[in-house]
Amino acid sequence: MSAGVDFPAVQVRRLVRSFTVRGVLGGLDLDIAPGEFVALLGRSGSGKSTLLRALAEIDHEAEGSGEIRLPERSAMIFQDARLLPWMRVLDNVLLGVRGQRDRGREALAEVGLAGRERAWPHELSGGEQQRVALARALVREPKLLLADEPFGALDALTRIQMHALLRRLVMVHAPAVLLVTHDVDEAILLADRVLVLEGGRLAADLPVDLPGDEIGRRRRTTELRALLHRLLGVEDSSPDDHEADGPGLALGGQNG
Amino acid sequence: MNAYPEGLHGPIVHAATSAQPLRPARHFALKQRLSPGKPARFGVLLGPGLLLLYWSVLSATGWLDPRILPPPWTAITTAIELIREGRLQDNLAVSAWRAMTGLAFGVAIGVTLALISGLSLLGGYVIDGLVQIKRGVPILALIPFMILWLGIGETMKVTLIATAVFFPVYINTHNALRAIDIRHVELAETVRLSRWQFLRYVVIPGTLPGFLTGLRFSVTSSWLALVVVEQLNATSGIGYMVTLARNYAQTDVMLVGLVVYALLGFGSDAAVRQLERHLLSWRRTLGR
Repeated sequence: MSAGVDFPAVQVRRLVRSFTVRGVLGGLDLDIAPGEFVALLGRSGSGKSTLLRALAEIDHEAEGSGEIRLPERSAMIFQDARLLPWMRVLDNVLLGVRGQRDRGREALAEVGLAGRERAWPHELSGGEQQRVALARALVREPKLLLADEPFGALDALTRIQMHALLRRLVMVHAPAVLLVTHDVDEAILLADRVLVLEGGRLAADLPVDLPGDEIGRRRRTTELRALLHRLLGVEDSSPDDHEADGPGLALGGQNG
Repeated sequence: MNAYPEGLHGPIVHAATSAQPLRPARHFALKQRLSPGKPARFGVLLGPGLLLLYWSVLSATGWLDPRILPPPWTAITTAIELIREGRLQDNLAVSAWRAMTGLAFGVAIGVTLALISGLSLLGGYVIDGLVQIKRGVPILALIPFMILWLGIGETMKVTLIATAVFFPVYINTHNALRAIDIRHVELAETVRLSRWQFLRYVVIPGTLPGFLTGLRFSVTSSWLALVVVEQLNATSGIGYMVTLARNYAQTDVMLVGLVVYALLGFGSDAAVRQLERHLLSWRRTLGR
């Protein structure tokens, strides 16, 4: 617990985690400043989910050591919206929060779902459900927001809307964010800093330093994208091939 | 979605409608449909209604000897007579009280044991094995011991019914408890629910569908156990009425008893199903 201490929001030292099946972390160090937006990239099995689950303190099955200091209030968004199907939308937002029904309504309005308080989760679209999950995280006023590929299951159009929404909300509430993603463009678009995880260690730590002018901005984005693709082991044949995840990507190759 | 100007859609829609007439889309919808469709209000009455019709026709045409099974209208006239004498409602009240009390105790025990055995490891080791052993012993085999321990009064009857009733509730609740989605447990941890909140917001609602399935079985077995108990050594109740009628070869009274049991079973099952529809309204399933 680091209540009262302002800097950094997250501090990780010599974090080691191992599973029998899933990825491992081998002595990882990480600092995230308050209000900093960090994106975490890595191939499947690189340990990015392991790190996130360690920070969310839900990795009971893992063996390991090391230190983690977290802010008092943190919130997690999963790839699936993970709403409780037997609770109406507002009750889902307020799960584990006492009283404060007005705060819940406000949070729903913030994510554009005012008036849907009484709806059942199954009555919402995938994007709307994920927005409820976002509201559920916001209502806790987290100092750290953890997100595990939160837009991975959404269609491309909805994802664009969600990017804009998340940017706006992060601007307003200013939590530190750790976003796990496999989408290089998403990472560049949203984050202040991009980390690449490789075999349980940080292989790269790049600030997203985009210049103010449009042309410079585009050139730097292209450079960063190419660099990140190379770090992730993806041949950067076209700028649209950013969906690739995992080392087994063989474009036009033999697939067994 | 409002971000996209409406004008974009205009011409495309017109192009489609001006083409030659298409086959109605409904044609495909019907072909694709795998769900049974919207249920009719009193659809469950169709089966019993058909049976009643069959029985009436057999009796009216004389194919069914009234000494073997009296016609349905005899059941009604005899029932009216019994009600006028006050026998039917008195016995029914006694029977219903026994079944309901036994059911209440049995369900409470079943749920409690399922929660203990599902939520704690030690509880699971101790309780689950015992319950499985109990399952192997038929309720009829317990009767002599029950009489020895509890006498032949109401306590014995209610205990026996509770013993018969708790198992379906236990097994279904326990199964549902163990099937609770681990992702929901993780969520509960990330939003820092207390143990009590976890029970209230995740475990109990998540277990409710299984519990209600168990309850339906339990309600039915409460009436079954009631029949056994009342025909053994009772001085009141529907079972007693039927046993008495058997001694005097009153097939019509026996029939009334049978019909009452059937109605009770059918009615209480319908009541639980109604409860299910109400409590599980959040679900989207095939058989809504």
